[in-house]
Amino acid sequence: MNPRILPYVLILPVTLFLCLFFLYPFVLVSQQAFSTGSGFTLDNFKDVMSHWKFPISLKNTLYLAAAVVPFQLALALLMATMVSKMKKGRDLVLYVWTIPLGISDLAAGIIWLAIFEQSGFLNSMMSGLGFIDRPMNLLSYQTPALVFLAIALAEIWRATAIMLVILVAGIGLIPKEYYEAAEVFGASPWKRFTRITLPLLRPSLSTALVLRVILAFEVFAVVQALGGTLFPVLMGETYKYQFELLDGGSAAAIALIILLISIAFTLLILRALRVPKGATI
Amino acid sequence: MAVIEIKNVAKRFGDYQALHDINMTIEDQEFMCLLGASGCGKSTLLRIIAGLETATSGEVWIGGRRIDNLSPKDRGISMVFQNYAVFPHLTVFENIGFGLRMQKLPNDEVKRRVERTAELMHIEQLLKRYSGELSGGQRQRVAVARALAMEPDVILMDEPLSNLDALLRMEMRAELKGVLAESKTTAIYVTHDQVEAMSMADRISVMHEGRIAQNATPVEVYRNPAEKFVAGFIGNPPMNFLDAKSAGSGNWTVAGQSFAGPAIDKAAIEFAIRPEDMAPAETGIAATARVVEPLGAHLLVTCDVGGTLFRAVLDSDLVVHPGDILTLAPQADRIRWFDPETTQALS
Ligand SMILES: Nc1ncnc2c1ncn2[C@@H]1O[C@H](COP(=O)(O)OP(=O)(O)OP(=O)(O)O)[C@@H](O)[C@H]1O
Ligand SMILES: [Mg+2]
Repeated sequence: MNPRILPYVLILPVTLFLCLFFLYPFVLVSQQAFSTGSGFTLDNFKDVMSHWKFPISLKNTLYLAAAVVPFQLALALLMATMVSKMKKGRDLVLYVWTIPLGISDLAAGIIWLAIFEQSGFLNSMMSGLGFIDRPMNLLSYQTPALVFLAIALAEIWRATAIMLVILVAGIGLIPKEYYEAAEVFGASPWKRFTRITLPLLRPSLSTALVLRVILAFEVFAVVQALGGTLFPVLMGETYKYQFELLDGGSAAAIALIILLISIAFTLLILRALRVPKGATI
Repeated sequence: MAVIEIKNVAKRFGDYQALHDINMTIEDQEFMCLLGASGCGKSTLLRIIAGLETATSGEVWIGGRRIDNLSPKDRGISMVFQNYAVFPHLTVFENIGFGLRMQKLPNDEVKRRVERTAELMHIEQLLKRYSGELSGGQRQRVAVARALAMEPDVILMDEPLSNLDALLRMEMRAELKGVLAESKTTAIYVTHDQVEAMSMADRISVMHEGRIAQNATPVEVYRNPAEKFVAGFIGNPPMNFLDAKSAGSGNWTVAGQSFAGPAIDKAAIEFAIRPEDMAPAETGIAATARVVEPLGAHLLVTCDVGGTLFRAVLDSDLVVHPGDILTLAPQADRIRWFDPETTQALS
């Protein structure tokens, strides 16, 4: 076969698959978002964006991502470095750390609810130790900071591992000669991390970050379980429009807004972590 | 003053003994070549000196200071790695300047030193490139420049010229040697190329299976190999060996001829002679020519002496055909003797 066509033939099946299950639904959703039954309109967007809950849910989503993702990045880097340095028991530790990855986000939310709710572990532990007289409602409208903290904790617990596995694989690809050379030429362990590991990890870092940031903007089940209506987020609004208000057009509009934010951040991350032209990493 | 002393260094990798009890001293500003076949432990020894590998036992001293418990950066060394280890995410400039940046030298000093060493290594036009845009030989020169830019007391080089073409290699050899002599650096230079070792070294340490077989000047190593291994390893073509039977009172019978040798009480030892230390004569060792290779200045004749391979490098004026029987007289003062059991030289 003509070698020039061959690559295209080879990616044809997956392209068809993507068109059928991603592009087509995307077109349908866009249609829905840009119409109210008669022709092209931005009414859906105007509606959802002027709703009083929209700025709050947008702000909540962004704050949550801003609080969770950098922390997860640092934590995942620390864990990945530790795992990579281990000689024995490396696989076991990695498996244990990635267990939360196998738990659905709703289940994760429920686990953390079991800790924080009025009859939960935290309350029984604190009253058992005598810190409080009777169980308190930790997750109420009076304690927004605690609600935020509980959600952030659950998210960190649940989704750090996805970054961890990507970073561990990335660190494993860095030849150890570079570290030896850096060591001989006077780089301290911290300098080796910042001057060798981080720059050579850029491709893995951007993959991990993009993946994680997109997931952070789609946060839903954990928030639903822990915060319910106390902590509205964009994805929760989409759900509400679609299934409670039966307004598909508005749901589609919010979904597109989330997509837009995700794309913007993806581009930002890719640009920030791009490898200089000519450097081969 | 950077004298390197290696005292009883041994290294084990699990069950495998890579280095056995190495002892050697490299004098201040000396250029020492570690020469040996692949896998004999050259890199391992170098990495122990650099601090990238921990010796199982023994000590390393540099400039009168015990350094084997120090981290690599505190040892006053710099190193050229066998696989270059040129950082792919930094330009050539930043690679060469890496160690200087770690020392927090001011920018203009970094620039000055980088440009000077780059010029020495003929890579000044490559300073803006990345390692991925260089050839193997260019990368190797970046690695050397990076080590030189540190202006260290001791420089450790692991086959730094192995990827250059023959001409450039010869040029770099001379230049590197000049640069190191000028900078008063003590150098350990690993190579498996004996021509390189012969031409550059003040002293050669021939390594064999994790031991130092001989540690001497190039001429000494060539003329008076301490072991049969050294005799067979150094020289191209290497030394010839023939069995010698005792004829009593220090005389030995070799291929039917009698030679004066060591007066020791043994029934059989080995006779050795370099291929170029023989000439056709009236009496001598009878050798049947098998292959004749004219090399321009010389004639390399591969012969057979009683079933043993025997090479002679003769004057190219001679006319020799395969099948001819040559009578070769060894130059008496160039004959060497080896003990077949210990493989050590006899005198
Ligand atoms: N990390 C290691 N683990 C186990 N064995 C090793 C290790 N490093 C080296 N060896 C063994 O030690 C021996 C010496 O290795 P070394 O790298 O020092 O050889 P070398 O003389 O530098 O060879 P070359 O000329 O091919 O570079 C080899 O047999 C090698 O297999
Ligand atoms: Mg080696």
